[in-house]
Formats: sequence, structure tokens, C-alpha cells
Amino acid sequence: MFRTVAELVEQANQEIKKISDIMIDQEVEVTGRSRNDILSMMEQNLIVMEKAVERGINGVQSHSGLTGGDAVLMQKYLQKGQFLAGDTILDAVSKAMATNEVNAAMGIICATPTAGSAGVVPGTLFALKNKLNPTREQMLAYLFTAGAFGYVIANNASISGAAGGCQAEVGSAAGMAAAAIVEMRGGTPNQCAEAMAITLKNMLGLVCDPVAGLVEVPCVKRNAMGAANAIVASDMALAGIKSKIPCDEVIDAMFKIGQSMPTALKETGQGGLAATPTGRKLEAKIFGKPIK
Amino acid sequence: MKYRSVFDIIGPIMIGPSSSHTAGAARIGRVARSLFSREPKWVKISLYGSFAQTYRGHGTDVAIVGGLFDFDTFDKRIIDSITIAQQKGIVVQFLIEEAIPYHPNTARVRIGDENGELELVGISIGGGKIEVIEVDGFALRLSGNHPAILVFHHDKYGTIASVSNVLSKYLINIGHMEVARKEVGKQALMTIEVDQMIDPSIIKELEKLDNISKVTKIAD
Repeated sequence: MFRTVAELVEQANQEIKKISDIMIDQEVEVTGRSRNDILSMMEQNLIVMEKAVERGINGVQSHSGLTGGDAVLMQKYLQKGQFLAGDTILDAVSKAMATNEVNAAMGIICATPTAGSAGVVPGTLFALKNKLNPTREQMLAYLFTAGAFGYVIANNASISGAAGGCQAEVGSAAGMAAAAIVEMRGGTPNQCAEAMAITLKNMLGLVCDPVAGLVEVPCVKRNAMGAANAIVASDMALAGIKSKIPCDEVIDAMFKIGQSMPTALKETGQGGLAATPTGRKLEAKIFGKPIK
Repeated sequence: MKYRSVFDIIGPIMIGPSSSHTAGAARIGRVARSLFSREPKWVKISLYGSFAQTYRGHGTDVAIVGGLFDFDTFDKRIIDSITIAQQKGIVVQFLIEEAIPYHPNTARVRIGDENGELELVGISIGGGKIEVIEVDGFALRLSGNHPAILVFHHDKYGTIASVSNVLSKYLINIGHMEVARKEVGKQALMTIEVDQMIDPSIIKELEKLDNISKVTKIAD
């Protein structure tokens, strides 16, 4: 059983296995289910992710009217071919937003690790699918690697916006995705951990301040930027760049920052963007009156 | 380790928009339904902390009521659950509490009909994972680090042994166990934390034992 990223990486190195295999082995051990059962359960999640991306890039609107359609705009912009950032990044941005737009519309998604942060992992995965043409098994491995890092974060810090702010949700999702990207691109377990650390470091302090308490503004665009962050960090790790602060210590810092964050900035709709004049105006328009 | 499975992290499959405030809320409602083992006639739900502040935007209200109808996290009927309750003549009441809870996402669910009542306090700790911290005035002192089951039974000799026999047959080790009762010879509650995951078929087998009224898994 691994409890920390250091233990996870050490186990992978000792057994000369990928992070994803270590996660599958542990799942077999903990649940008593067969490897095949576990793979087919993950396949169900992958199918849900694929459908949500597909629905979102074809256009969806939330009930409040606050979000929807941005994934489509980005796809159209990509097709024109005149962009500055890379096509993989922008495709990931579009597909991350697609998933969260479906989530905001109360559509069916797979939480990764949460619903509010459900766009980052599938967004990057389905952008990489176009670029790297992975097998279905490699796509499942991507989710197990992401899950392994998320497992460490959830048990040592938090994946709840109400407990730890957005850094615990989109921050965690982005770190999980960065590690999974590195493995899919042939990086080492150590490089997976570096990518995760670099990503999470750049998400520290991010507050959870949803307008009108809805998982829409700024959540959809935070997933977009979480996906971009993950892809850039994977390139940095594969370039050989290392985080001076070890991954486990970054996770611990994230936990402590979350604890010291005021309640107004932890999913209460009371502070940050929710409390801006426009945030309040939108809230009044949707619910008739501000929450508080 | 509060999160034991990779599917606690990659999953659940659910309707949006929030794993803690929608999926977790539905699961709290569903545990209450499972313990009550029938559809209630009336429902009183108290929301605390972040649940109280943002329940409308997250659909926490419809999710808990949906859970009381035994809807799973991905069941689209959750969206219309309050309307469904109205159509069935079920009285649903929400209380928005000011008190500072032990956890920011806390709900107290009270349900009942002419034959009885149930009260349960659940917390939603992130990613759809929940913990039940109180049932019918019994505070559950669970670590949250192991799978757990609740066994409602008639307070009679041999009942505890019969439950532990079934668990040992499936090589399930009990890590922590508490037994509480309100009166001698009446309704009693076993809270059992185990080291292995418990298959639904084992729950069914436990329910068939003498003097057992209800067995529910409250943590995976």
C-alpha cells in the first residue's frame, strides 16, 4: 500500500512497473476484485467521459444561462488554424470546458476527482488521443495514473472545495492529469511526480468562489486553465526540470493553505468573484435575491 | 485512509453539478432510505455550512430527496425529485441552519411515516464520498478509515456471534465494533468496522439471520 507520492514512485521503480499498474495492483488487493473487473469498471467511466466531451463540443447550455457554448467557440477557433498556443493545449482547453459545461447543465459526467473539476482529466486525455493515438488500454492506464496521484492527495490533504478551496479541486485534477500525461508520453514515475508537483505549485492558494453558488463561473474556465497548466508542466518535467519542493510537501502545503483559507472563500458564495458587483447582480437575476 | 479505492477518485458517474453537494448529498439520502427501508411520508432536512449557503445552486435539496427515493448518483430523476415528492403527497421541508457544523458539508435528515421515524446526520467529505456520523441519536464513532456496516437487531443473546460468524466465513476481519441499545431486550445497533470490502451478497446473508432487522453498508 502506498500512502505518499514518494512511496508510490519507489514502489513503481522497485517493481519496474508503471504508476498505473501499481494503482491497479493495489485496487486488486484492497477490493478483492479481479484485474479484468477493475479494468471494465474504469472503461464505464471512460465511456461517460467520452460522451460528455462529445455532448459539450456540440454545444450545451446550463439552466441558469451562465455557461455553455465556450467549448464550441474554441473548436471553431481551432479549425481556423490561426492560434498562438499549440493545438493540443487548445483542444484540451475546449474539451475540459465541454465536460464542465455538461456538468453545469446537470448532465452526466464522471467526477475526476470531483464534479467541479471533472473537465481537466478527460479534457487532456481526449486532446492527447488525437495527438498520440493511444490504445484503449493506454487510455485506461491514464485514468489509473491520475487516480493514483488523486488518491494520495485525497488521503493526505483534501479534494473538497468546501474544505480546501479550488486548489483542492482543479489544482488536484490538474496535478493528476500532468502525471498521467507524462506516463502516456513515456516518462518515468519520477517525472510523473515532478509534473504533478510543478502543476500543483502553480495552483496553490486558488479559492473556491462560485458566483451564485453555482458550479459554473469561474469553474468552467478554471478547468480550461487547469488543463493547459497540466500539459505545460508535463513538457517541463519531460525536459528534465525538477520541483525543488518534493511533491508530498507541495500536497501538504496545499492542505495547510486550505485550512487557513477563510470560509468566505471555500464554496460559500460569499467572497471573491461571487461577491463582485457583477457576481451579485447575476445571483440576484438567477435567484431573485443574493444568498447573503 | 478515508479514500480506499481508485473509483473514489475517478468516479462516481453522476449528474452535475457537484460531487460533494449533489452526488454526496444523494448518497446521504440513500443511506437514510436504506436504513428506513421504505418510502417515507414526511421529510425534514436541515442543511448546515456550505450546504446551507449553496444548496440551491448545487441541487443539494433535490439530490437528498432523490436519494430518499433510492435514486443513484447518475439517475436523472434526481432533478425532478421534489416535484415527484409533491405528486406522491410526501411533505418535504428544508431548514437552513445557522449553527457552525463539525464539517462544512453537513445534513441532518429526518424522515418518517405512521409506523416510525429515522434521523441521520451525514457529512460529504469530497468527490462524492460521505460519512454517516449519527443515526437515531446514536453517535457513530467511526474512524472513516475502514469499510463499515450498521446492523439493527433485536437485543438478544447469540445475535452478535451469528453476525461475526458470517463475517469470518468470508475472511472479513472486524477492526472495531460497538453495540448500543436503548432498552434491554429491544432495538439495538451494532456498528462494525472491517478491514475488507463487503460484497452486497454478504449484507443479504446477514439480513437473513435471526433477530436482525436491517443491515446497511455506510462506508466502502
